Amino acid sequence: MGRRVPLNLALGLALVGLVVAAALVSYAWLPHDPQRLNFAAQFSGPTAANWLGTDHFGRDLFSRVLVGARATLYVGFIAVGIALSLGSLVGAVAGWVGGWFDELLMRLVDVLYAFPAILMALLLAAVYRPGTLTAMAAIGLATVPIFARLMRASVLSLRERDFVEAGRALGASEARLLWAHVLPSTLSPIVVQASLSLAVAVLAEAALSFLGLGTPPDVPSWGNMLREAQGSMVISPYAALVPGLAILVTVLGWSLLGDGLRDRLDPTTRA
Amino acid sequence: MTRYLARRALTALVSVWLASVVVFGAVLAVPGDPAALILGMNAAPEALAAMRTRLGLDVPAPARYLRWSAGVVTGDLGESLQYQRPVGRLIRDRLGVSLPLALGAALLATLLAVPAGIFAALRRGTLWDPLLVLATQVGAAIPSFWLALLLILLFAVQLGWLPSGGFPGWDVSLGGSARALLLPVLALGLGQAAVMARLTRAAMLDVLSQDFVRTARAKGLAPFRVVGKHALRNALVTLITVLGLSLTNVFIGSIVVEQVFALPGLGRLALTAIGNRDYPLLQGVILLYAGTIVLLSFLVDLSYGWLDPRIRYA
Repeated sequence: MGRRVPLNLALGLALVGLVVAAALVSYAWLPHDPQRLNFAAQFSGPTAANWLGTDHFGRDLFSRVLVGARATLYVGFIAVGIALSLGSLVGAVAGWVGGWFDELLMRLVDVLYAFPAILMALLLAAVYRPGTLTAMAAIGLATVPIFARLMRASVLSLRERDFVEAGRALGASEARLLWAHVLPSTLSPIVVQASLSLAVAVLAEAALSFLGLGTPPDVPSWGNMLREAQGSMVISPYAALVPGLAILVTVLGWSLLGDGLRDRLDPTTRA
Repeated sequence: MTRYLARRALTALVSVWLASVVVFGAVLAVPGDPAALILGMNAAPEALAAMRTRLGLDVPAPARYLRWSAGVVTGDLGESLQYQRPVGRLIRDRLGVSLPLALGAALLATLLAVPAGIFAALRRGTLWDPLLVLATQVGAAIPSFWLALLLILLFAVQLGWLPSGGFPGWDVSLGGSARALLLPVLALGLGQAAVMARLTRAAMLDVLSQDFVRTARAKGLAPFRVVGKHALRNALVTLITVLGLSLTNVFIGSIVVEQVFALPGLGRLALTAIGNRDYPLLQGVILLYAGTIVLLSFLVDLSYGWLDPRIRYA
């Protein structure tokens, strides 16, 4: 395995790097104001002025795609951050304490399986005004059980191991055993899952924005760009092609990165 | 088996009950007065009072939950505020669109994915395997609603073969309705096929590397029998899980695809319910989705116990 070039890892890193770079560049430089209407340049294909063409308002698609990368990464990172911290905490405590407490916690977490991101977003949209916050919360909550199950399984398999027993024999407290001895060993599957979950989160964010339950229409995001493009794609397909490709590249990047990391960190699961 | 079944059934019931608490609790969490939200700021006090009674807000929350959940058990989900019709009947009408869409997509995905996954696993080490793996990676990364737009561009706009949206209704035109569902089924099923093919390949690779397969091969069995009789059978438990997961995915995914094709399904019903703050309708639809997911996972677990005695006696 050492000799083989981890192609998925390299490709994943490159694609994710591209998206992160796009988001960062968008803060420093944009070819056009992404919100500026220019009816003279409506429905244009790629030109020297508008590299990727324009939409039905004549807005520059390249600038909008660059800015859209921000919403994608922002929502993705926060949603997965919520899932990772909440899920890992619950899973670690459930696995460590065990018994009826474990059963109770995991039952509660399992209920979240019944509410995938879109369903959770529908529920939250009934209560609060749908927007970036509800989208992040919906995606995050829907992803909690994955991290909880993963963490619980790791902790269960680790807690009886000799190095934990050794720590206990040396008089370490339960909290210290969990924090300093067990948790560091669970890190690699969690990192892999975080990358794979980011792929799912990007898809979910785009879908929610497309439905009008995510990023608000005045902020360019790939999902709501597609929503707006649907009505006019018969006249010019560019506005419908560009954001979709951007989503594809990002999702592919995170999932390749996750697979590559798994191959790298845990050779036993290599498929 | 009976004990296993009873235990799993109990867990599923608890999950559905908790889901109903979540769905009911969400409306309780609505900040402010739901009646005022529905009727607007300038509603007359009498109208507000009437709406509160209609929503059951004049009764304490626990009593309201008991009444609502008793209704759910007997199939009475209340009345939609917007349509002024029983929620159950509205849902039943829309299932005529959402159910064929989801089942069609799951069927398409299975028919494509299982052979492709097995093929890739058997061709491991040749160029076919990485090519198929890459195709599934890309396929799984394509958003279904974008694929839907691309399919509309090609088959409806360019070629003019299929409608770009809308649904005539099964009683109006059987053929027209089936045609209206073709593109949505493709949009939903193709991406799911990619996900399923990856998992099928992994399941087959796992089984093919086990000793009993080597034994079967060493006995001189024909490759077809080794795969068909020995390997596939043992991969079945994983494949059933994958199928259950796929059914959940397409059922939820149909919410977005229905929106692209303007199909009058459950997903669009839920989205209009949000727009109109039609809480009884929204609660009914969301509970149905959540309940279906729990039911699917219960059925998957049952099939485990049936297929693999080690699981039911554990």
